Amino acid sequence: MAEYQNIFTRVQVRGPAYVGVPLVRGSSPRDGKPNFAYILGWLGDAQVGPVYLGWLGIISLIFGFAAFEIIGLNMLASVNWDPVQFIRQLPWLALEPPSPAYGLSIPPLAEGGWWLLAGLFLTVSILLWWARTYRRARQLGLGTHVPWAFAAAIWLYLVLGFFRPLLMGSWSEAVPFGIFPHLDWTAAFSLRYGNLFYNPFHMLSIVFLYGSTLLFAMHGATILAAGRFGAEREVEQVIDRGTAHERCAIFWRWTMGFNATFESVHRWLWWFAVLCPLTGGIGILLTGTVVDNWYLWGVKHGIAPAYPEVFRAMPDPLLAPGAAQ
Amino acid sequence: MSFSLKLGAVLAGLLGLAVILLTFERPPVETVQTGFRGVALGNIANPRLQPALAAANQLPPMIPRVPSVGPRAGQAYRNVQVLGELGVAEFARTMAAMTAWVSPQQGCNYCHNPANMASDEVYTKVVARRMLQMVARINAEWKPHVLETGVTCYTCHRGNPVPLNVWSENTGPMRGEGFSASSNGQNLASPVVGDSSLPYDPFSRYLDQAANIRVQTPDALPAGNSQGIKEAEFTYGLMMHFSQALGVNCTTCHNSRAFSAWDQSAPQRTNAWHGIRMVRDINHNFIDPLQPLWAANPNGPPGGPQRARLGPHEDPLKVNCTTCHQGVNKPLNGVSMLRDYPELARITNIEAPPPIRQ
Repeated sequence: MAEYQNIFTRVQVRGPAYVGVPLVRGSSPRDGKPNFAYILGWLGDAQVGPVYLGWLGIISLIFGFAAFEIIGLNMLASVNWDPVQFIRQLPWLALEPPSPAYGLSIPPLAEGGWWLLAGLFLTVSILLWWARTYRRARQLGLGTHVPWAFAAAIWLYLVLGFFRPLLMGSWSEAVPFGIFPHLDWTAAFSLRYGNLFYNPFHMLSIVFLYGSTLLFAMHGATILAAGRFGAEREVEQVIDRGTAHERCAIFWRWTMGFNATFESVHRWLWWFAVLCPLTGGIGILLTGTVVDNWYLWGVKHGIAPAYPEVFRAMPDPLLAPGAAQ
Repeated sequence: MSFSLKLGAVLAGLLGLAVILLTFERPPVETVQTGFRGVALGNIANPRLQPALAAANQLPPMIPRVPSVGPRAGQAYRNVQVLGELGVAEFARTMAAMTAWVSPQQGCNYCHNPANMASDEVYTKVVARRMLQMVARINAEWKPHVLETGVTCYTCHRGNPVPLNVWSENTGPMRGEGFSASSNGQNLASPVVGDSSLPYDPFSRYLDQAANIRVQTPDALPAGNSQGIKEAEFTYGLMMHFSQALGVNCTTCHNSRAFSAWDQSAPQRTNAWHGIRMVRDINHNFIDPLQPLWAANPNGPPGGPQRARLGPHEDPLKVNCTTCHQGVNKPLNGVSMLRDYPELARITNIEAPPPIRQ
C-alpha cells in the first residue's frame, strides 16, 4: 500500500497527462501543455498545467502587474534608483499613503497619488480574480465556498485600505504597501487607538485565527495518521467499519468524547478561517470611528482589570501644579 | 538526492545560520520585574553585555580640589564673564578639567589665543562660555531630570571637541526626483529608530520643535483627537530612540497595556518627560543661537579636528538622549561628577528665557 504518512510523501501522483473535464460553450481555451515536475510531486500532484486563464484572469493579471510596478518602481526611486540598496533595503521600503493634510482629496502623484493608483489597480485586480474563482467554481459544478472564503479576506483588505479611511475622512489612515512598514503601521495603529487587544472583535479574530491553526493541525494530523489505512480516500470509507475513517472518529471520541465527521470537520475549518478576517475587519472598522481608545473602552465595560499600585503614583506632569507657566 | 540539490541545501542552511547569528542577540537575557505581577513591567538586560557597557561609561580621573583662596578670577583676569567668582587656583582647575574633558589633544589653544587668553577671537571660546551657562542651567533648573547627580562637560563630550552622539535635520538620502512618491520621512532601514522603518528624523519634530508626542485619546470614544497613525509612527520612532539611547525597553517606563496612562507608568517616565523638555531647552536656547558661529567655521577651528559643525541643512549639531546617556539608563553609570566640580552648578547669568515645562 502506498505510504502517505509523511509531510513529504515518497509517492509520486503521476498519471497520464490529463487536460480536465470538457469546457462549456463560450469558454476560453485552456493555456499551456500539461507537464510533470518531480519536486512538485513531493508536495502535490506532479502534473503542472494546463491553466484556465480566461479574460478575467488576463485583465486581473494586467492590473495586478500595474500595481506591482507602481509599488516596486516607487520603492526603487526611494533609494535613488540604486539596485543594490533596493535589494538590501527591500523589506524596509514602501509606497506610503498621502499625508493627513490631503484628507480624502486626490493628492499629486508624488504626495500619495501613486498610493491611491496602486490601491485602485490592486483592488480591481483582486476583484476580477475573485470573479474568476467564482466562475471557475460554477463552471466545474462546484459550490462557491472558495470564492466566499476569498471574499472574507478581501473584506479585511478593503476595510483596511478603503472603507475605514473613507469613514475616517483621510487616506492617511490606510496601510502603506511595504513589508516592515505595514508591520510598523499595525503597531502604530494599536498604539494610536489605545491597544487593540481590548477590542472584542480583535479578540474574536484571534480566537478564529488560532482556532484555525488548531483545527487544521488536528485534521491534518488525523488524516496523515490514518494514511496507512487509506484515509485519503474519504468517500468510500464513511459507511464501512474498521476503516481509516472509523478509527479517526473513534480516536477523537475516545480522546474528548466528541468527534467531527469527515464532512463536518471541513465545515469547522471553513467557518473558522472565514470568521477570522470577517471579525477582524469589523474590529478595524470600529477603531477610530466608533471607539478611539480600546483600553479605556475596556475599563468602561469592565474587561480591563485594575492592578494594585506598585510604584508611587506620579501624576501627569502636564497637569502638575505650576507646570503650565 | 542529486548533488546540486545537496549543495543547494547546504548553502541555504549556511545562509539561514548567518541570518540568525547576525540578526539576534545571543542569550542570556535577564528580566527584572518592577511592576505588579502579570503586567510585564520590568527591565531587560543581557548580563554578558553589561560589563563592557559599564566600562565604556567610567569617570575620568578627578583633578584634586584646591582651596578657594586668593583673588577672584573675575578680578585677576580680563573678560571672565562666567565663573568669575572662583579663586584663581579653582578657576585654573576648572579650565584644566574642561581641557581634559573636551579638547585633550588640542589643549588650551582649542579655545584660547595663547598670546591673549582673554580674547574672544577664537569662536570656540564663545561656544564654551555658552556651554558653561547651559551646564549650569541643566544643573539648576532641570533637577527633575538630572536630580542631584547633575552633568558636566564630560557627560556629553567624553574627550571629544564635538560630542560623538549628535543629530541634525535629516530629510533622508538622495531619492528619485520628478513625480516619484515621497515616503513621508520613513521607510528606510534607519539605525536612529532601532533599524526599523519608522520615521528616521523624530528629533526635528520633538526635540527641536515641540510637536505633540501624545497620540492616544484620553477618552474611550472619539473626542476630536486629530492625531492619526502617521503621528503615532513618529512618536513610536522617538520612543525607539529613547530605548536605544538608554539601553532599556518600553516597559522600563510604560505599562504596555496602556502606554499613555500616567497612573500605571513607572516614575522613570516622569523623569523622561522632564528630559524631553530639557533637551528642547538645550537645543533651542543654547545650541541653535550659536549657529552663526559654526556657519562661519563650518569645519571647526584651524587647530581642531576637521569635522563638520553643521548638518547638511546648515542647522547645528544638536542634542538627543544618546548625547549624554550613551547606552546606559543613567549617564556615566549614575555617578555624579558634579559633586567634584560644584562650580558648574553655580553660574547665575544664564541669559536664556525661563524653561518651559509643558
